[in-house]
Amino acid sequence: MSVSETKSYRILSDLLEKHTGQTLLANRHWRIDMALKPLMRQNSIPDLETLISLIEIDADPRLTMACVEAMVNNETCFFRDQANFALLTGPVFDMLREHRMASKRLRIWSAACSTGQEPYSIAMSFSENADKWRGWNIQIFASDVSGSALTQARAGRYSQFEIQRGLPVMQMLRYFDQKGEEWIAKDSLRKMVTFTEHNMLNSARHLGMFDVILCRNMLMYLGEDKRGLVLEAIAPMLANDGILMLGAAETVIGQTQRFKASQEFRGFYQPAAAKAPAQPAEYRRTA
Amino acid sequence: MKSCLIVDDSKVIRKVARHILETMKFDVAEAADGKEALDHCNVSAPDVILLDWNMPVMSGMDFLRAYRSTVESPSAKVIFCTTENGIAHIQAAIDAGADEYVMKPFDRETLEAKLQIVGCI
Repeated sequence: MSVSETKSYRILSDLLEKHTGQTLLANRHWRIDMALKPLMRQNSIPDLETLISLIEIDADPRLTMACVEAMVNNETCFFRDQANFALLTGPVFDMLREHRMASKRLRIWSAACSTGQEPYSIAMSFSENADKWRGWNIQIFASDVSGSALTQARAGRYSQFEIQRGLPVMQMLRYFDQKGEEWIAKDSLRKMVTFTEHNMLNSARHLGMFDVILCRNMLMYLGEDKRGLVLEAIAPMLANDGILMLGAAETVIGQTQRFKASQEFRGFYQPAAAKAPAQPAEYRRTA
Repeated sequence: MKSCLIVDDSKVIRKVARHILETMKFDVAEAADGKEALDHCNVSAPDVILLDWNMPVMSGMDFLRAYRSTVESPSAKVIFCTTENGIAHIQAAIDAGADEYVMKPFDRETLEAKLQIVGCI
């Protein structure tokens, strides 16, 4: 790799980190090429050096953000990590249902939701058990740093390839309509999820408190120093008896003292110190 | 070790699917059409069948109906694996007794998730 290529990759990975916190190690620089090729083709940009000069010299914010969005890792699928997901929608939700019987309200945050498969998986799980949750106020919030990922998520629009990744065929038929080569979430499903743009490195206190926070397969793309910051930022937003779900390859150990591994639910995390008796998560603006 | 019967008239598809399944520790058998698959199921009981739709001699749908009605213990999970991607085809396959449906092209993760959904891994 030439000196100028190395410099180009460094500039682009710094740009990604500045806007999202995500880091690209030198041995994964090939991802930059793959991710930016369609954007460069679309804008008739011949090579990375030209792209960088357009970003740096022209300071074109539209192109800069398009670059960042193209480089963000949006890998996801429906019901990702099936076994853990079943634990969440079964025993974990059952425990919270017992704790929240008085308020009959549950607030769930799918942080770094990418193109929406995770929050829609949660929404489908509640729909499948509609009788059990009748009369409950279930609020599912979903956020991501990528505006284009959120546009797709809000539309609930998936390619044939995306729709069948993890989604059982019966649920695909029940909750999605086919339109040409795409599959579109039915309104009833889309209405169950509220999407919002949010960078996990910033405070999200304005979203209020949650009973469950899912922050899966995002910390792994952040630099060591950023992981703790994200966990510290979400810690005050989780109810005392709330549950944090991370990706299968992620942990809080060595990142923060604010969470501990759940004794009851393997692979899940809870606030380290319950300061007061369990209280339902309230929707309150604190910022 | 779980067993899988791949039913597809394309040698290439069978080869690719066999490779994926063998890395998941499946014992794999192949059939080039529904008739061959039915013959196989009359002497052997696979845990899961990956089934193409359009094949010569006997189609996937004809195989599925025959499998569910004539084989002594048709306990295999059947995953349709086809380029037919319209809702009408998918619904017809489910009505005929398919357990899951994969639209080609697919990758390892998609197939793995479908095998998990039907309880084969």
